[in-house]
Amino acid sequence: MDPEYRFSHKHVLGLADLSAEDIRTVLQTAESFKEISSRSIKKVPTLRGKTIINFFFEPSTRTRLSFEVAAKRMSADTFNISSSGSSTVKGETLIDTARNLAAMNPDCIILRHPRSGSARLLADHINASVINAGDGTHEHPSQGLLDLMTVREAKGRIAGLKIAIIGDIAHSRVAHSNIIGFSKMGATVTVCGPATLIPPGIEELGAQVSRTVIEAVEGADVIMALRIQKERQQDPLFPSLREYAKFFGVSQKVVDAASPDAIIMHPGPINRGVELDPQLADGSRSVILEQVTNGVAVRMALIYLIMGGD
Amino acid sequence: MPGVILLKNGRVIDPANGIDQILDVLIADGRISAVAQPGSLPEQMEGIVYDVQGKWVVPGLIDMHVHLREPGQEYKETIATGTRAAAAGGFTAVAAMPNTRPVNDNQTVTLFILAKAAEAGFARVYPVGAISSGSNGEHLAEFGELRQAGAVAVTDDGLPVGNSQLMRRALEYAGDHDLLVISHAEEMTLSHGGAMNDGPLATRLGLRGIPHVAEEIMVYRDLALAEFTRRPIHIAHVSTRESLALIRRAKEKGVTVTAETAPHYFTLTETAVDGYNTLAKMNPPLRTEADVAAVREALRDGTLDAIATDHAPHAELDKDIEFDLAANGIIGLETAVPLTLQLVRENQLDARRMVELLSVNPARILGVPGGTLSVGAAADITVIDPEMKFVFSRESILSKSRNSPFLGWELQGKAVLTLLDGRITWRQDGDFSS
Repeated sequence: MDPEYRFSHKHVLGLADLSAEDIRTVLQTAESFKEISSRSIKKVPTLRGKTIINFFFEPSTRTRLSFEVAAKRMSADTFNISSSGSSTVKGETLIDTARNLAAMNPDCIILRHPRSGSARLLADHINASVINAGDGTHEHPSQGLLDLMTVREAKGRIAGLKIAIIGDIAHSRVAHSNIIGFSKMGATVTVCGPATLIPPGIEELGAQVSRTVIEAVEGADVIMALRIQKERQQDPLFPSLREYAKFFGVSQKVVDAASPDAIIMHPGPINRGVELDPQLADGSRSVILEQVTNGVAVRMALIYLIMGGD
Repeated sequence: MPGVILLKNGRVIDPANGIDQILDVLIADGRISAVAQPGSLPEQMEGIVYDVQGKWVVPGLIDMHVHLREPGQEYKETIATGTRAAAAGGFTAVAAMPNTRPVNDNQTVTLFILAKAAEAGFARVYPVGAISSGSNGEHLAEFGELRQAGAVAVTDDGLPVGNSQLMRRALEYAGDHDLLVISHAEEMTLSHGGAMNDGPLATRLGLRGIPHVAEEIMVYRDLALAEFTRRPIHIAHVSTRESLALIRRAKEKGVTVTAETAPHYFTLTETAVDGYNTLAKMNPPLRTEADVAAVREALRDGTLDAIATDHAPHAELDKDIEFDLAANGIIGLETAVPLTLQLVRENQLDARRMVELLSVNPARILGVPGGTLSVGAAADITVIDPEMKFVFSRESILSKSRNSPFLGWELQGKAVLTLLDGRITWRQDGDFSS
């Protein structure tokens, strides 16, 4: 690593903005922080006196709690706002709401929002740091980073691995961040799903497209199943969950086509029996709960790094 | 009554009369009273003499596609501010789209627009009525009364006419009242929810795309209906290569079709929206380099008949929000001349073609006066300094809204004098000598 290197981002809006060196730094920091969560007293004073606002416009259990746990383990003060309780339902614009929050001098705002580009919009209009906790169908960088961390932990490396991502690539910010992140770190990413859920130009983000799941996972070190959002069935994207599960679900037969020591990942929440066979989710190859554990460590690292820690 | 004005030594470009040479133009009593060799006209003692050497003297520019927002959205634009911006951009006439609030689907709204335009006095305003009541795509608006009140065309612009039978009947019935039908070509089930051009950039930004076929399918439908009904149709804001191929083929077959594009479709590509720049969000969306090249080619070869701005003012509160939610459209009246002149400088168009696209053809398509500097015609005249450079800044904008992707651009070419019925509606400050 370049001895002059320093993580110098004020915001984390997407993995597209981070270099491979940035990503390595986040992962190394997260790995060193992971131990804190296994202590009997799970708290360090590093960010005492810092104020962090969790600003969530979409329902979220895992991600919001993960950010809150991460911040509290670093001794930051955290506050949660969800859209139903905010002024946005009274017609205030995102920028106005954000400016009002900013006027209370938080150090960092963590935003989850249904519109792509909203984290950038926020970052452009306030002084605090912004972490994108998922914006529309654009990016979910902390998820991408925790997935990288989990793979690196399980496999000892990322470069040279083959990653297969199966499911709704078009509407998945997790897929976008993972394609960008894994290819940036030297892995090969193959995606597969119904043609209606493969967006145009996904190759430009760094993914190869396979027509069948078996072909996609052939020799794969990592199989990642994505959540099928049931509400998307309004659009004519695929005929039924039943048919989806039959042709695109990750089953034992699919796993058998992958590398013998392939691991299975899922960003959650899982539709058991749709995109992932229930037994596989709970099986020995599954690292799904390890992803959640690493999520806290990665978010501690992100908060720490953007607040100028070194 | 306006007085006498003599425009000396200008390059008079009047395609309707086959003129492109240095001449003097004399204006009296609101009309063009003489066009003659330099120095051959007496300099009238009581008149104003402008030496316009090095500048172009052209028939007043006509923008056949603007949104003036009044009535209903006066916080974005009014007829007075919009027509003032038009005059500053070199336009002496504009066609006002009907998607006001209420929609211009009846004579009362049409008469209101005309009254406000007369009161402002900056430009002729040609109201365009709605095809359907409320532009809701169900029942024909009252074309006869709209025409009697002063409408020159009908469209549901901003929205397509989704119902093909309604479009067919509109074409047929518009013929009874000598109204042009203008098509906003968009297949809504394909474009629904889209925020930009469909493709790799939309994927990267996580935005839902509007595929080019959404435009082309409707262009084809409307060309087919025009051919079937044997009625003229005008296709608004054409943005894709394949739409142009369809129009070209229809023209070759003898279908009475005319078409316009906007300066942004020959100047910008979809990359202008990168970074979620809502100032470059519009419908149809900015497309690819291949589309830009095709639009330029079509301006040259006559597939496109007119350049219209689709001037669509929106306030900050409509634009400084999430990209998906931001309003579509940009202002265009004050940038059309320099952006079109850029094509002339790049030898994509010649000056005569530029005047045809911005004046002669819009007048012909709409069936309105203008587009000529013939002696006896109303003195609607634009003087353009093709060399003048300026930075397009927020402060310089006369429109009430400032939503332009060209903010901060250094532009070249500007209307320096605009005359309406021989009356000055715009004069550029600075070195313009009189």
